[in-house]
Amino acid sequence: MTSSAAAGAPGRPGLLDRKLLFVTGKGGVGKTSVASALGLLAARRGLRTLVCEVDPKGDLSDFLGTGTLRFTPTEVRENLYAMSMDTEESLREYLRLQLKVPLLAKLGPLARTFDFIANAAPGVKEILTVGKLTYEVRERHFDLVVVDASATGHVVGQLASPVAINDLVKVGLVRNQTDWMIDLLTDPATTGVVVVTVPEEMPVAETIELIDRLRTETRIDVASVVVNRVLPELFARNEEALFDQLRAPEPTEVLERVAGPGVGKVMDGAELAVELRRSRVPHLTRLREHLPEGLPVLYQPYLFTRSHGVRSTARIADSLGEELGG
Amino acid sequence: MADRSRRDEPSTLEQLCASKEIIVSTGSGGVGKTTTAAALAATAATNLGLKVLVLTVDPARRLATALGMERFGNVETRVPAEAFEEAGVDPQGELWAAMLDTKQSWDDLIRQHAPDAETRDAILANPLYQNITGKFVQSHDYVAMERLYEIHTSGRYDLIVVDTPPTRNAVDFLDAPERMADFFSSRLLRWLIAPYRSRVVGVASRPFYSVADRILGTQFLEDIAEFFILFQSMYDGFVERADAVTGLLGSNVTSFVVVSTLEVAPAREAEYFLQLLTERRYHVGALVLNKTLPEFLLDRDATDSAKVLAKDAAKVAGELDGLVGDDLTPEQRRAHLTHVLGEVGSSFLDYQVVARREAEQRSELSAVPSLTCSIPYFSDDIHSLAGLLALGGTIWR
Repeated sequence: MTSSAAAGAPGRPGLLDRKLLFVTGKGGVGKTSVASALGLLAARRGLRTLVCEVDPKGDLSDFLGTGTLRFTPTEVRENLYAMSMDTEESLREYLRLQLKVPLLAKLGPLARTFDFIANAAPGVKEILTVGKLTYEVRERHFDLVVVDASATGHVVGQLASPVAINDLVKVGLVRNQTDWMIDLLTDPATTGVVVVTVPEEMPVAETIELIDRLRTETRIDVASVVVNRVLPELFARNEEALFDQLRAPEPTEVLERVAGPGVGKVMDGAELAVELRRSRVPHLTRLREHLPEGLPVLYQPYLFTRSHGVRSTARIADSLGEELGG
Repeated sequence: MADRSRRDEPSTLEQLCASKEIIVSTGSGGVGKTTTAAALAATAATNLGLKVLVLTVDPARRLATALGMERFGNVETRVPAEAFEEAGVDPQGELWAAMLDTKQSWDDLIRQHAPDAETRDAILANPLYQNITGKFVQSHDYVAMERLYEIHTSGRYDLIVVDTPPTRNAVDFLDAPERMADFFSSRLLRWLIAPYRSRVVGVASRPFYSVADRILGTQFLEDIAEFFILFQSMYDGFVERADAVTGLLGSNVTSFVVVSTLEVAPAREAEYFLQLLTERRYHVGALVLNKTLPEFLLDRDATDSAKVLAKDAAKVAGELDGLVGDDLTPEQRRAHLTHVLGEVGSSFLDYQVVARREAEQRSELSAVPSLTCSIPYFSDDIHSLAGLLALGGTIWR
């Protein structure tokens, strides 16, 4: 948890020095809140930042406190923009920019059947998503693009889609497109993946598996792991004995007299808290043991007050800022 | 089978498992959906004497760990008797498990549906086919449903418990068969294939092909065309199957169990999914709430006591002088006791905030289905059959 651990090995590009961050993780670990917080932190530090949610039914707008997000970026606050991916819009934009002809009339059938293609011909949605994001980076519209990406099970397919398409399409415009996309995606100074996890068994197992897959199946750099919802330690080591002694009959009697009859339940609650915290330690240990050397790990405390909304985004941004230093 | 639909709504998971042939476990990621599916399957095999298959369709491989099996693949594998012995039970039925390997399942499907060996080999060797089945996400949903249908129709099991991808994908998962049928009958497909089928190479005069050609390149278009021309030989089979799969999910042998924790985001998704299932007239058998905090955290007396500890820890520590920590100096004792008591009090109040939020979520969610079950926090993650059976036991009756 030291700042040197957060900064990672020397020579590794800093998290916010990159141009494109894909934030992923097993569903439910707080991927969206970390993506929002990274965006907010970057904006506070003066970077012109875009946060994009890949899932159009996502709740990024809740975490940024904005209205419904659209394909065209909305300004959320100074330096911070947010958008929601729409693959049909992305296709339209691509055709307009690349083919430079008024296509919509001619492409009537394509537009009408887009849903069929995008839903049924696999890979189309993925490439339109990654294509739009890398385009924003290439055109330097923003200093940093933070992507609230797909969950663990799907993100590798998404990130590998330019390579997959590249393998399929040997010539033509698409081929030229995937070449530069791959260049941007595989440059660690430009692109990084942030894997969010929580200290529980399955999320940790999936994190280890995902990092392994990213390293073997793609050439995209894993920039950092964020361990979210780390429960607080209640007592110092020597204080646990003291707590145990408090549960004996005599001290309990005194406690009930001074603090009221509910004190037994309060002590039970503390035991539960200690137990919950303790049950997570082996998972944290396992995670640390299996991560590649030099990969920075950022720890985020569990937020009791609120796990949703702008206020929690601001608090996570604060604590990420502390961990990242600078 | 028909008489089953006339029975009253199941009021326990035991009744649900006894009266259905397919149970689909749904919910967002990280809520314990897979574990719940495995626990239900294990408990049904043990207590009801059924031959049960638990089929996981989530791309991430979680079930193997929970079942104490290192690795099981596309092949249905029986959970060994020793695993039950180790868990101290003598099951009346059988528990089987399978995990979906998308590529393998597609290959099987092609072998099954291809009209002849030549078509089969051509499809299996087509680069587009290889990429679709190996790398892309969407093909997973379809083949999962197809596999479920195949297994159910085979009659090999009394009960199949299916674990699904997370909620937002689960919608795709429900739509997958229909989408596949739509695609095969789409006009676009016919347009794409037409010039190749009629061997018209000079397509440049037609704007649509010209554009497609410029974007994708001729070779790719030819690969697509070959792929779909080959696939069309299986068109009728696919469309028919897709319809049958959709029908099966909506029939009275199938029930959905929605799993959620009481955290804000998963609960919201569970609500969305409950609503969607109800709208589409799927049978929602139960809502399972996982990892719920104990109710004593809301106790009023306890709240008062916690406030005293959080506010007046030093004073309370003074009262306890001489009763605890006799190995410490008086100063140390006072300092540590004050810290411990303060932490105990404020920690209770912290967790109470979470418990209160959970209580609100619970009352909102449980309005929908007829049956709601809660699974308390288990201090250890479940990675054994004994653990699964213990969990199943808490929600079974």
